[in-house]
Amino acid sequence: MQATGLGAGSLMLSQIPVFGRQVPVEALLVPGLDISIKKRLADAALNAAKSKGASYADVRIGRYLNQFIITREDKVQNISNTESYGVGVRVIVNGCWGFAAVGEAKTEAELASVAEEAVAMAKANALLSDEPVQLAPQKGFGEVSWKTPIVKNAFEIPIKEKVDLLMAVNGAALSNGASFVNSQFFLVNEQKYFASTDGSYIDQDVHRLWPSFTVTAIDPKSGKFETRDALSAPMGMGYEYLQVNPADKITGITTRYNKGYDMLEDITLAAKQAKQKLSAKSVEAGKYDLVLDPSHTWLTIHESVGHPLELDRVLGYEANFAGTSFATLDKWKSKNFNYGSKEVNFFADKTQPGSLGAVGYDDEGVKTKRWDLVKDGILTNYMGIRDQVHILGENESQGCCYADSWGSVQFQRMANVSLAPGKEKLSVEEMIKDVKRGIYIIGDSSYSIDQQRYNFQFSGQLAYEIKDGQIAGMLKDVAYQSNTQEFWNSCVKICDESDYRLGGSFFDGKGQPIQSNAVTHGSSTARFNGVNVINTGRKI
Amino acid sequence: MILSETEAKSLLQKVLKYSKADECEVNLQGEKWSNIRYALNKVSTCGSKTYKVLAVQSAFGKKVGVATIDEFDDASLEKVVRRSEELAQLAPENPEYTGLLGPQQYLPPSGFINSTASLTSVDRAKAVGQSIQVARSQKQTVAGYLEDRVGYSAMMNSKGLFAYYPSAKVNFSATIRTDNGTGSGYATQGVTDFAKLNTASATQIALQKAVGSVGAQAIEPGKYTVILEPLAAAVLLEHLFRSLDARSADEGRSFLSKAGGKSKLGEQIVDERVTIYSDPTNEDLPSSPWSADGRAQEKISWIEKGVIKNLFYSRYWAQKKGVKPVPAPTNFMMAGGTASLEELIKSTQRGILVTKFWYIRSVDPQSLLVTGLTRDGTFYIENGKIKHPVKNFRFNESPVIMLNNLETLGKVERVVSSEGSFSNYLVPAMKIREFTFTSLSDAI
Repeated sequence: MQATGLGAGSLMLSQIPVFGRQVPVEALLVPGLDISIKKRLADAALNAAKSKGASYADVRIGRYLNQFIITREDKVQNISNTESYGVGVRVIVNGCWGFAAVGEAKTEAELASVAEEAVAMAKANALLSDEPVQLAPQKGFGEVSWKTPIVKNAFEIPIKEKVDLLMAVNGAALSNGASFVNSQFFLVNEQKYFASTDGSYIDQDVHRLWPSFTVTAIDPKSGKFETRDALSAPMGMGYEYLQVNPADKITGITTRYNKGYDMLEDITLAAKQAKQKLSAKSVEAGKYDLVLDPSHTWLTIHESVGHPLELDRVLGYEANFAGTSFATLDKWKSKNFNYGSKEVNFFADKTQPGSLGAVGYDDEGVKTKRWDLVKDGILTNYMGIRDQVHILGENESQGCCYADSWGSVQFQRMANVSLAPGKEKLSVEEMIKDVKRGIYIIGDSSYSIDQQRYNFQFSGQLAYEIKDGQIAGMLKDVAYQSNTQEFWNSCVKICDESDYRLGGSFFDGKGQPIQSNAVTHGSSTARFNGVNVINTGRKI
Repeated sequence: MILSETEAKSLLQKVLKYSKADECEVNLQGEKWSNIRYALNKVSTCGSKTYKVLAVQSAFGKKVGVATIDEFDDASLEKVVRRSEELAQLAPENPEYTGLLGPQQYLPPSGFINSTASLTSVDRAKAVGQSIQVARSQKQTVAGYLEDRVGYSAMMNSKGLFAYYPSAKVNFSATIRTDNGTGSGYATQGVTDFAKLNTASATQIALQKAVGSVGAQAIEPGKYTVILEPLAAAVLLEHLFRSLDARSADEGRSFLSKAGGKSKLGEQIVDERVTIYSDPTNEDLPSSPWSADGRAQEKISWIEKGVIKNLFYSRYWAQKKGVKPVPAPTNFMMAGGTASLEELIKSTQRGILVTKFWYIRSVDPQSLLVTGLTRDGTFYIENGKIKHPVKNFRFNESPVIMLNNLETLGKVERVVSSEGSFSNYLVPAMKIREFTFTSLSDAI
């Protein structure tokens, strides 16, 4: 699920809780602990855990850096640089997990002590368990490292340059009719050191960034307002994402972007479109053929494909909060469950360049990979971790384990899940040409789905009526409701690879206490026939 | 681990002594957050996290800098003050900076309890064991979560303001799913005092709902009279609670904005029996008597007899508008009636009993329209009796429309939001007419 208030659909970065302490910008460029020190500390925790009876232990020494630049109109509201350092130790004792974490631990004695606390917790919990944890074997990789292949480290770009861009962006919004504008940059750098009793010592340097905005147009006379959010995607990239590159632009009714985002152009269009929305035609409820842009579809994929195929949900581990899944093991075992039409192929990929979920190794030391989830419409696999995959008859984890901080226990999270592009050449224009009565939706907005992932409702930033193969004008108050299996079986066409783009969120929420996972979903524009559209306009 | 008021005061005084800025304010926060999570009748994950953090804000005129640290030796304390001063000197002027508050009078704090502060791993495991035992004894499957957070916050500034608030709270929730997967029930309990937590009885309620929801029948979506249990009402109302901001209303981008650039402050917007208020001293839901910028919290009505009485203001916006700077509150509650849940059901000819809603998201901020689904026990009522369980619905409804369609208010209960925030509220059950369900869900 997308966490409330933190979701892309209602992005208000000023509400984001800042995890960690604030630091000056230079502190973000100072390297963390030397790797030899991290190894020594990790060994202290692993040895302490083993000597207290752990049959398995892993330790994560994490340094998490964030930078937020938050503006409105002509003001910088907040520049915040945060750093959080700490250690989390996870152990298996008497067949049961235990986990403890502590901030600022930098001595071998502190590491040993946190390992002992984890052992004590596992022992207490073991009294309630009659079935020991079964961990899929994992070979140790020795000392290895991985880094997001960024071109320009966004943390190294001077604050002034970033502020100047946001001020120019806000200026463009106001001079093009916006009443208000909020814009922000959000940068992330996870420096994670993982070691386990399997013999892995893995050092990773993960980078992500998310430029975004919301423009608001107000009609004071009527008291009505409309907004339009950025069509950017959060990316596993450096500042090169902000480089304007014509090859990364998809032109049409509005410009959409691939791996280079023209923020100034997007906000100029957004300001005009937000005003246009004020007087747009309110949709007539009924069945429509939908043409969905990748900037919208990512969230539908996330909710209706990504979450139901998380193995912990399928097994019942999330029953108390996020929910379970309709995609039960018997459907998978049947090898003939039609998740979607024959056009539909979904794959999980923890290595996809530019994606938010790309890492070299997951948070329990498993090397990442790509695999199929739905092939030619048939359910073929799930996403699992080391203590689950034996249920699938596998003896190797799929590498989906993640913790959002040193202080959070790692657990099963969604990989990047994407809809494969169509195999035949097909452009968006050609797709629209064939639609008699349809709606073209761009950008993500409201989203909601049930706890087993059957019934959903989504809306977008922009909706256009399609009449007899032509775009007939802007619509408002549009939301579609469907059932996952019915919806993906109504997918009749997918544009080719040239239209394939990524979308995603930093704030995929799951677990108790809730943790955030950054995840990407790629797709090309896709057509769905006969989907139920409702009108969401209300008077109060 | 938990600093006493005297210890916190002396630490903050030491920090302030390093300050050379025009104004300096220091916030301190520490917590131990422990949890245990279980599913399929066994523990799945657990954890414990301990932290303490200090934030220093220095100001030279309207140039403001903030730096934070989690190390507490003298050198680190001086370093964090110097760092905030350097940042302030580099920062552009913040036209919205309103300066520091002087000493304030606060209501007495009441949110800390020793029985909660002294919990151990074994206590937590025992409490969870009692919940699992309820499920096992009936051959059903339970998943649940227990967390306790024990901590404190304190602040002091160069104008003489000092505040300290110690707190402890426990949240528990459990979901029972019947073994054939055709029924599901949920219960939750939020307490300040761990001794008042009863995981077995809460799990028993979840069990009753799970068993009662087996064999749900599909009925047509549409407009129905609904009886919302307090938890279901609370998760809809929290969308209203969060939207009571004066600036958005004044700027024309809120459900409280109206034609002509005005706000609805002072107008009746919902049924006259609706009163929504905050009170940090309420013994059923104690909360901090001060906000993070030092403003005093007090008992205050947001909606009184259906009329919007107050909105929250930043100090800047209040100054600009020439009004009292009412801070956003630290708790929310709604006044109830006297009807029991049984009486609400008995007086209903035809309706739906909703025990829980799920995945509620904003659809249109203009009307506060939200969408979401029923979950974990939804029942059809006919002629004053629960007739049978029904399949879950998706709804599209605005809490403002809902509170205009109020039929009867029930009794108030403390509930824990099931929508991710885990905020606690005091909210009554309520009967609402013409609640809008828009489609059916197969989810159980």
